Amino acid sequence: MPSNDERWLDAEAGPVVRPYALTQGRTRHAGEAFDLVATVSATRGRVTDPGALSPEHVSVLHLARMPTTVVDIASDVDLPLGVVRILLADLRELGLVAIQAPVPTKPRQIDRNTLREVLHGLRGL
Amino acid sequence: MAYGGYEAAGAAARRHRAIKILLAGGFGVGKTTLVGAVSEIKPLRTEEPMTENSIRTDNTTGVERKTTTTVAMDFGRITLREDLVLYLFGTPGQERFWFMWDELALGALGAVVLADTRRLADCFPAIDYFERREIPFIVALNCFEGSRRYEKEDVRVALDLDPGMPIILCDARSKESAKEVLIALVEHVLSVADEPVSR
Repeated sequence: MPSNDERWLDAEAGPVVRPYALTQGRTRHAGEAFDLVATVSATRGRVTDPGALSPEHVSVLHLARMPTTVVDIASDVDLPLGVVRILLADLRELGLVAIQAPVPTKPRQIDRNTLREVLHGLRGL
Repeated sequence: MAYGGYEAAGAAARRHRAIKILLAGGFGVGKTTLVGAVSEIKPLRTEEPMTENSIRTDNTTGVERKTTTTVAMDFGRITLREDLVLYLFGTPGQERFWFMWDELALGALGAVVLADTRRLADCFPAIDYFERREIPFIVALNCFEGSRRYEKEDVRVALDLDPGMPIILCDARSKESAKEVLIALVEHVLSVADEPVSR
């Protein structure tokens, strides 16, 4: 008698991880890594094969019509961050989104002007 | 099909700036409360790390065999200006979540270590983490009702913090107080930015 796990893990069953079913079981995305506050923007690219996109891809793409961060997208589509990253990388490969690194990419690289602006903004809250 | 409504390429010149601030501290220390007091709180889920057999990057062979647990993170957003947004990430202090921290810490403005004087030891790992990576941080003591008001200097000694390290008292439930915590952090980052970076 196979255990519960084994029952579902034959080749035909396909990937079994629930959130990752949306990514065909992939847990790592293709291409260059991107920060979770990187800015995502939809390009003017056209979808040549609509079948290549899942409804989740379309939702993510929709949210990126205005420049939006990776975390905001993950929060708004209510999918785990790791899943959203994979969907975004797919869209990037298809040329449908551009992903731009956040301004500071290394520790202690936020410039003083930005720090002062943050300070000013916080005081005004 | 085309997706209309996106920003025109020329208009994208004005750069959207997203600034990360980390909020660390032990379980139950008030991270969720503080994030909620000062920011627009948003749901964010992430996963615990995968096992090694997912390392292959090929699209079809990267199939994961192990079920993962989805965990909720404290996540808040403060829009300071249209093009300047602060993101607060509250991360559980347990070691099993530290895989998230390296990424969160990269390029972050700095960190707030939220501490409960009844359980000061809970914030040792976070302090150690930020010190090792030279990430500027401050310590905020969440003053729970009924907890003894410690002298800041007692806490400094207990946590073995440098004399210049800001320690502030706060009430994580209060927006004003939470704001003061963030202001103290930014002021601290500005002051250490004046110092030449050692190395």
